[in-house]
Amino acid sequence: MSESVKAKKKSPTAESTSAEGTTGEGKLQQAKSEAALPALGFKGMLRWSWTQLTSMRTALFLLLLLAVGAVPGSLFPQRPANPSVVTQYIKDNPSYGELLDALQMYDVYSSAWFSAIYILLFISLIGCVTPRAIAHYKAMKSQPPRTPKRLSRLPEYGTLAVAADAGIPASKAINDAAGLLKKRGYRVEVRDVDGALPSLGAERGFLKEVGNLVFHTSLIGVLVSVAIGGLYGYSGQRILVEGDTFVNTLVGYDQFTPGTNFQSSSLQPYSMQLDKFEARFDRESPGKAGQPIDYTAEVTTKETPDAPGKKETLKVNDPVSLGNTSLYLTGNGYAPMVTVRDGEGNVAFQGPVTAKVQGDNYYSSVVIKVPDAKPEQLGFVGFFLPTAFVTEDGISFSGAPELINPQLSLNSFYGDLGLDKGVPQNVFELDVKDLQQLNGRDLPAGGITLGPGATVDLPEGKGSITFDGVKKYIGVDIHHNPGQLYALIFGFLAVAGLVMSLYINRRRVWVRTGTHEDGRTMVEYGLLARGEDHRLAGEAAALRELFAREWNVPESLDTATTTAGSSSTSKDQ
Amino acid sequence: MPVINETLGQYSELFMLLAAGTYTVAFIAFAWDLAKSSKMLRAVDLKAAASAVGEKKVTVSAGRVAGGLGGPDAGGPAGRAERPTSGLTVEGGTAAGDMKYAGERRAPARVAVALTVLGVLIHGAGVITRAFGAGRVPWGNMYEFLTTGAFVAVAVFLIVLIRRDLRFLGTFVIGLAIIMLVAASAAFWTPVGHLVPALQSYWLIIHVSIAVLSSALFTLTFAMSVLQLLQSYRQKNLAAGRKDNLGFMRLVPNALSLENLSYRINAIAFIGWTFTLMFGAIWAEKAWGRFWGWDPKEVWTFVIWVVYAGYLHARATRGWTGTRAAWLSIVGYACVIINFTLVNTVFNGLHSYSGL
Ligand code: HEM
Repeated sequence: MSESVKAKKKSPTAESTSAEGTTGEGKLQQAKSEAALPALGFKGMLRWSWTQLTSMRTALFLLLLLAVGAVPGSLFPQRPANPSVVTQYIKDNPSYGELLDALQMYDVYSSAWFSAIYILLFISLIGCVTPRAIAHYKAMKSQPPRTPKRLSRLPEYGTLAVAADAGIPASKAINDAAGLLKKRGYRVEVRDVDGALPSLGAERGFLKEVGNLVFHTSLIGVLVSVAIGGLYGYSGQRILVEGDTFVNTLVGYDQFTPGTNFQSSSLQPYSMQLDKFEARFDRESPGKAGQPIDYTAEVTTKETPDAPGKKETLKVNDPVSLGNTSLYLTGNGYAPMVTVRDGEGNVAFQGPVTAKVQGDNYYSSVVIKVPDAKPEQLGFVGFFLPTAFVTEDGISFSGAPELINPQLSLNSFYGDLGLDKGVPQNVFELDVKDLQQLNGRDLPAGGITLGPGATVDLPEGKGSITFDGVKKYIGVDIHHNPGQLYALIFGFLAVAGLVMSLYINRRRVWVRTGTHEDGRTMVEYGLLARGEDHRLAGEAAALRELFAREWNVPESLDTATTTAGSSSTSKDQ
Repeated sequence: MPVINETLGQYSELFMLLAAGTYTVAFIAFAWDLAKSSKMLRAVDLKAAASAVGEKKVTVSAGRVAGGLGGPDAGGPAGRAERPTSGLTVEGGTAAGDMKYAGERRAPARVAVALTVLGVLIHGAGVITRAFGAGRVPWGNMYEFLTTGAFVAVAVFLIVLIRRDLRFLGTFVIGLAIIMLVAASAAFWTPVGHLVPALQSYWLIIHVSIAVLSSALFTLTFAMSVLQLLQSYRQKNLAAGRKDNLGFMRLVPNALSLENLSYRINAIAFIGWTFTLMFGAIWAEKAWGRFWGWDPKEVWTFVIWVVYAGYLHARATRGWTGTRAAWLSIVGYACVIINFTLVNTVFNGLHSYSGL
């Protein structure tokens, strides 16, 4: 291995200095700067830091640090994905919940420390790639390095002897060799054609380094694309009951997460109506009965408010594209329809209530808030079961995901729901602290249990509730990410660069010819790889065959061929 | 929706058990081969040591060059030094780097390979009947990932065997395959069934098949990296003139050859994993509307990618080749295992379709 390095050091090309720390020179520099540390001064200090940061070892260290730093995000709940789970987690773990929060363990991927790691890594990357790119540009324009004195020291070496009567003098042989190498994709320079020992230097595989540069640069591209998505994109959610229409304006969203630079004018006012939703469940596989096998939503979309409606299907893994957004089917459930009459006999609420899925077979929770009820506001909390079963202990559960025996079981309350104070409330929760309970299992009036079509009067003449029927609802995610196309392009560029970098081989070949005392033309050649190259021996054999055929050297006459090491790998360290 | 054929599913499970049984016999044969060949190599070594009279390194090229017609230096500069011939030297105590074990017939190894071929055929029948039983690709839950993954690992091993004599890896690869099959049947068993809507996408075919293939390659390099560490420890021991306490490693090539070959396989697997990551991101965009959301599965896929990127870097960093690179390769594989076991079962995420 040391041999190849020696050969390389003699070469005038500059690129060996680029990968800091991988060459003897780089090490020397590093050693020098380290030794000089005390007397560096501010500028020297900066320079020293820069050299350190862009060294291969730092890159490796930062890469491993990045891997380690990413792990906590999978161990602890993350705010961006599940804010409520995080709150609950902190509550459940009073001893260290807060501490973890202080360490930004619930926002790992936007935390100061994680950002520091990847920003340092990318600075290091830029600091590494830029000089390398410049060096490589120069290398591509310069001539192949001069012919080493002793080709025999190269990892691949061989000689050929052309018969004296073949009429191929040393000068012609070298030109022939140059022609053959050029045809093989080498860049060739012939030296001393008319001298006693003409030689040539040849090199190929410049695209290897280009690939490496493309790969690393594309990673920066991916990062920038992700950042653009975060700045200019937005996302939101909306629950649509059958018959509902979503209009793409800010008020149309149940939940909206704008990017940092989002402007509401960029929302295109398209609309999407949910006509029908159908869920199919497995009825045949034992042990898997009730597992969903298909969700299909029939929707009608309009690009603009005046445009004609268009029928489309929305499925999981098959979003609908509208405007510059895509709409995804991310959830579904049942929405029991109820009518609530208040104490004065008027209809205070009528319509579907989205039941939040809590357990197996669409066991769902239901909250109904009736602020319009008079004289007293009404509230209901309970469960919806599509296929109600009751155990001997009186515990209800849902036996199937389909609507076989739908049932609403509710407790009722009256009092001030607190909706008028202007404090935003979760529609799926009812704070019963300040309310008077009317119905409940432990109360004389008992709980409310309703089948479709049934009505129950509330105690104390507070009103009544009717279960009119069941509709279905879907959860829709709406996303706009202007960066993702670029991320994809850079991703594929990165792979292309990676493959080039790993599978193109950078090789140098030198050939020297001369005339033996007995009149034969002697040819010797040597090959050197830059970087990992296990096929160098194969290349040497192929070249040998080409030469032998060109000059009609019978294989039995050839003198020697040698390979240094079975894998012919010469790494530049 | 395809019809579920339970009879085929039951055949499939039978095939899996038969395959596991065949592999077990193959495993024993491989282990026997390691033990027996090591003993034989030791005898050869001892004989060689006796005849070589202290000459430890035999440089092949020097003799050949000198014997050439007309002298090799005639046309070139004088004063050729002896050429470096690390790969061709017969190193004490390990097999040659080219992994071509000339000469001796290794009967147990042949039996082991034959049994492995038989096992993989039965195993393949198991995978295919499972696929037809379910009417879809056989990797929709953890049971199927494991059984299909083990099949691919063994098949890749056998394919590599055509080009290179990696029979010394047999005990490790077949051992891992047996563990995977047993774990699948014991801990992750799932009857044939339909796919949940989240998995009904052609990206399941693309993304998961590449993931399984890359993982199979990582399995090979994991085994090789472990052997590399053992071998390098042993080589140091031998060089220091200490007793050889890892005799069964005689059959295994030297640490450097192991490192070079596992680097090449890791490079392929890394490209595969890059595709796994990217196609996963594309699928996530289709399914959930965002291509990256730091879901636990995504986190670990990313971690694996970064660790192996670190491995590739290590191979180009002074002081990080050899043992340290091997450790990185092992850590990378540990992450693959975590990604498959813990992340699918313990961590909570969108990828909760393990079928449990
Ligand atoms: C986002 C961070 C990075 C990632 C994911 C990454 C990934 C990779 C990968 C996968 C390779 C192997 C493929 C190839 O040879 O092209 C590689 C090679 C390389 N990287 Fe990086 N890299 C990163 C940062 C850096 C930095 C900061 C430096 C500079 C200090 C650097 C310098 C190099 C060099 C010199 C090679 C070529 C090694 C060789 O010759 O085999 N990389 N990188």
